[in-house]
Amino acid sequence: MGPHRKPMKVIEGTHAISYAVQRSRTAVIAAYPITPSSGVVELLAEMCADGRLSSRFIAVESEHSALAACAGASQVGLRAFTATSSHGLAYMHEMLHWCAGARLPVVLANVNRALGAPWNIFVDQTDSLSQRDTGWIQYYCEDSQEVLDTIIQAFRVAEGSLLPAMVCLDAFFLSHTSEPVSIPDQDLVDRFLPPYTPAYALSVDDPRAFGGMVAAEGYLELRARIEHSMRRAQQLAAEAAREYGAIFGRSHPLVEMLHLDDAEIVLVTSGTVAGTARTVIEEYRAQGIHVGMAKIHLFRPFPFDLVRIALGRARKVAVFDRNISFGCGGIMASEIRAALCNIRKAPTVFSFVGGLGGCDVTPDTIREVVEYTRRCDAPEQDTMWVGLPEESRQ
Amino acid sequence: MQNVNFSIPSDEVMAAGHLGCAGCGAALAMRLALKALGRRTILVVPACCWSVIDGPAPYSAAGVPLMHTPFASAAAAASGVRAALDFKGDTETTVCAWAGDGGTFDIGIQALSAAAERNENILYICYDNEAYMNTGVQRSSATPLGAWTTTTPRAHLKDRPKKDLAQIMVAHEVPYVATATVAYPDDLVAKLQRAAQIRGTRFVHLLAPCPPGWKIPSEDAMKVARLAVATRVFPLVEVEPGRPWRLTVVPPEADLEEYLRAQGRFRALLDDPAALARVRAAIGERWQRITRLAHD
Repeated sequence: MGPHRKPMKVIEGTHAISYAVQRSRTAVIAAYPITPSSGVVELLAEMCADGRLSSRFIAVESEHSALAACAGASQVGLRAFTATSSHGLAYMHEMLHWCAGARLPVVLANVNRALGAPWNIFVDQTDSLSQRDTGWIQYYCEDSQEVLDTIIQAFRVAEGSLLPAMVCLDAFFLSHTSEPVSIPDQDLVDRFLPPYTPAYALSVDDPRAFGGMVAAEGYLELRARIEHSMRRAQQLAAEAAREYGAIFGRSHPLVEMLHLDDAEIVLVTSGTVAGTARTVIEEYRAQGIHVGMAKIHLFRPFPFDLVRIALGRARKVAVFDRNISFGCGGIMASEIRAALCNIRKAPTVFSFVGGLGGCDVTPDTIREVVEYTRRCDAPEQDTMWVGLPEESRQ
Repeated sequence: MQNVNFSIPSDEVMAAGHLGCAGCGAALAMRLALKALGRRTILVVPACCWSVIDGPAPYSAAGVPLMHTPFASAAAAASGVRAALDFKGDTETTVCAWAGDGGTFDIGIQALSAAAERNENILYICYDNEAYMNTGVQRSSATPLGAWTTTTPRAHLKDRPKKDLAQIMVAHEVPYVATATVAYPDDLVAKLQRAAQIRGTRFVHLLAPCPPGWKIPSEDAMKVARLAVATRVFPLVEVEPGRPWRLTVVPPEADLEEYLRAQGRFRALLDDPAALARVRAAIGERWQRITRLAHD
């Protein structure tokens, strides 16, 4: 433990978000309920009502309006937050692009939930991963403490890069699980997260138009600037993680590297699966088997350099994706392959997809993945499904 | 005409050099609106003609801060701007959502209805040119019965009446609803000045003629808008809770055909006596309804 010790509070994952939003001194919160993210705004609404939070709370009629209201508040130069999940995030899609293009550092918590049809309210990361090209910084979290800490850091990284940020957590396994969480003191958060003071904002003292038409060359330039800022956001995220660690004694690396010094096989995971995988990796290590794990915490900007460091020396890489891009396979696996494609003696990438719609990913599931990767020189298919009934495997 | 302020402020907030078409009712509407509302106004503009009229970045004709926002989101984005200003302690600046009929009657009505139900402290002005003019004259739910548009072609003119948005907004029990048009600038300015003094959601439905879309010579825009009022096609009203509707300007009645003949978009309607009779009856019935509301 670092310099800062506090008693823990046992709270649900959604409430860990609420406390982080409170500690971040968010000015405007706009949200629409959706299972399993509703708890986030329920507690925030309560905090606003009983005076624990001085934010303006707007109970909008849709997710599209939630993010539009956040955009409006952010365009005035204030900190804005919303939370959603699944269909709600999909309904925000247009506004996701708009916020990034308008350089509005809104922070959004997304509870990763399956998209219909058919209806399913359980975990699947495809909702947010399919928004990866909207220009939002994206984090994926393993436990509630990481969620809380990441929300606070996300505001700083977003405001530093003038890009919106999304913090993602698994439905139910994290959103509705009560865990001990340390809620940081306000004065320490204030030290870490200064007030947001953008250079340009809606103001009657300095009338400007925001988001008006630009011609082709101007548009190209603005897109290039977003890309530049997005790449720079990785550095800001690394600095934020480092400084947060120094103040609060907890650090969440952008790519966590577990036993990678000598690992021949590296398992790549994200979200709560990482927690399950840890125990399995330790079992292998205890047996002298050189298996390691890389956990993707920051997904956008994609930390190519860190991924190359983590995986470049391995012989085989097994990526476990709780998401799917139909016709291409696991989304993280695609990114990993892209990161490794130009290095010499690149490891062989095995791509596994499973756990969708809330299917359990147990230690046995992880063992199945690791054993397959150990056994085979190369994957039999581009994408291998885990946990499918036998008759569906072909 | 009672309680109408005849003095239009001389301050020209909106700059010359906007990108509106010649005779554009929406450009004049903004010029008058900003005279009424003053410089302490923030505009929130969804996709509409004004996304273009305001000019290419970094230029802006409005003269006040303006936030562009996606099509469906005017009322929601304005709510966010309002919340942020309130958080900063600025309750005086007027937040004005400025949207066309597509962004109000159609794609934006969900956010508008919600903002009105919350009674957000915003002024929502719909400048209505009665079709999707920015995209090339496609029908909206504000397009009148019997009108030609590119999606209600000659063989299948608009066969449903214009959505009665003022009534819909009155049903939300908001503190102020009015209709206005650029052809009656004193009335328009007086209504917006009145609206600016009220807290809560204020809605102004503003008829803004569109020469290319209505197929009228640009110099006829004001004449046609005046005829819309005189023929009872577009009554000018003001509605505040607990009071009868108020007809603010009632010019001597003109014949409907004069209004229709002035516009190319009604040429096919004029060739169909049965359809024309239906249009005439619908306008008459609505006028009766409004006069009853005004006399109760």
